[in-house]
Amino acid sequence: MTRDEAFLQFLLRMGDNTLVLGHRVSEWCGHAPVLEEDIALANTALDLIGQTQMWLALAGEVQGEGKSADDLAFLRDAWDFRNVLLVEVPNGDFGRTLMRQFLFDAWHKLMLERLMNSSDERVAAIAAKAVKEVTYHVERSRDTVVGLGDGTEESHARMQEALDYLWPYVGELFAADAVDEAMVAAGIAPDPASLRADYDALVGAAMAEATLSLPKSDFAHKGGRNGRMHTEHLGHLLTQMQWLQRAYPGATW
Amino acid sequence: MKNEWPLWEVFIRGQHGMSHRHVGSLHAPDAEMAIKNARDVYTRRNEGVSIWVVEARHIAASSPSDKGPLYEPSESKVYRHPTFFDIPDEVGAM
Repeated sequence: MTRDEAFLQFLLRMGDNTLVLGHRVSEWCGHAPVLEEDIALANTALDLIGQTQMWLALAGEVQGEGKSADDLAFLRDAWDFRNVLLVEVPNGDFGRTLMRQFLFDAWHKLMLERLMNSSDERVAAIAAKAVKEVTYHVERSRDTVVGLGDGTEESHARMQEALDYLWPYVGELFAADAVDEAMVAAGIAPDPASLRADYDALVGAAMAEATLSLPKSDFAHKGGRNGRMHTEHLGHLLTQMQWLQRAYPGATW
Repeated sequence: MKNEWPLWEVFIRGQHGMSHRHVGSLHAPDAEMAIKNARDVYTRRNEGVSIWVVEARHIAASSPSDKGPLYEPSESKVYRHPTFFDIPDEVGAM
């Protein structure tokens, strides 16, 4: 694997995370429990899709085959996607959606803060822009997780269930492979494992405040960020997200 | 509905505005979330640089039925408007 091949994989991982999560969050548009949350979730989804445009545009540039961010988003199949499994799991109820959001946001913020020092100035610029949005995302999702966790008996039970369901998807965020080694060597991105201590501190404090218990097991579902095996859910998501470009290739409006 | 979040009134100071202006209301469980909701609902298009929220029940309001005694007496007192003075040009816009 050349340096640029690894760089492309890294950019697809960043862009596919935000694309798939952005689409998932957008599924709440018009369905959230209250108007204020509906608008807030739509704002978050739009932020993530905006970040996707930057990551995938750069991915297309590094790939050098003349592909745009749209080409990469709408014309790849499930096995070409490099997002972690966490972001493709279905929304579940509002509580699970916000728990997933917090578990992702916490990692996302730590990652972007490190990427601001990337040796590649395009990566550093994208990170500097995105980190402002994500700092707000994590504040908001953290507050909601604490509010619902330390809320009623019903909301507490649902949040604990959400955490138990999602926790096995967290480990993949920190699993390093040859792509990461190449990025570390080039000074482009940090070793994912090096974010784990800060992540555990951030998430641990929030869960304590939310009166929720972190599962003991560190078992981690993997296969998303290397594309080896996505969940069945990604294909369904892509079918909905991509159908228009697939049915009417090149359609614009 | 006792589980309904309380109502908050939202005031925003715009980029060039001098004072906070009432922009609308929303529901939120507490003041912190009310500010976050206000950020998401009322500043999406770059409308503001500062947000105030106050729970609607804390606002004391005048009664519409008191309109007569409260406001009508001032209608006939044009001399209270400072329009009877010549303002020097050097003063500029007031």
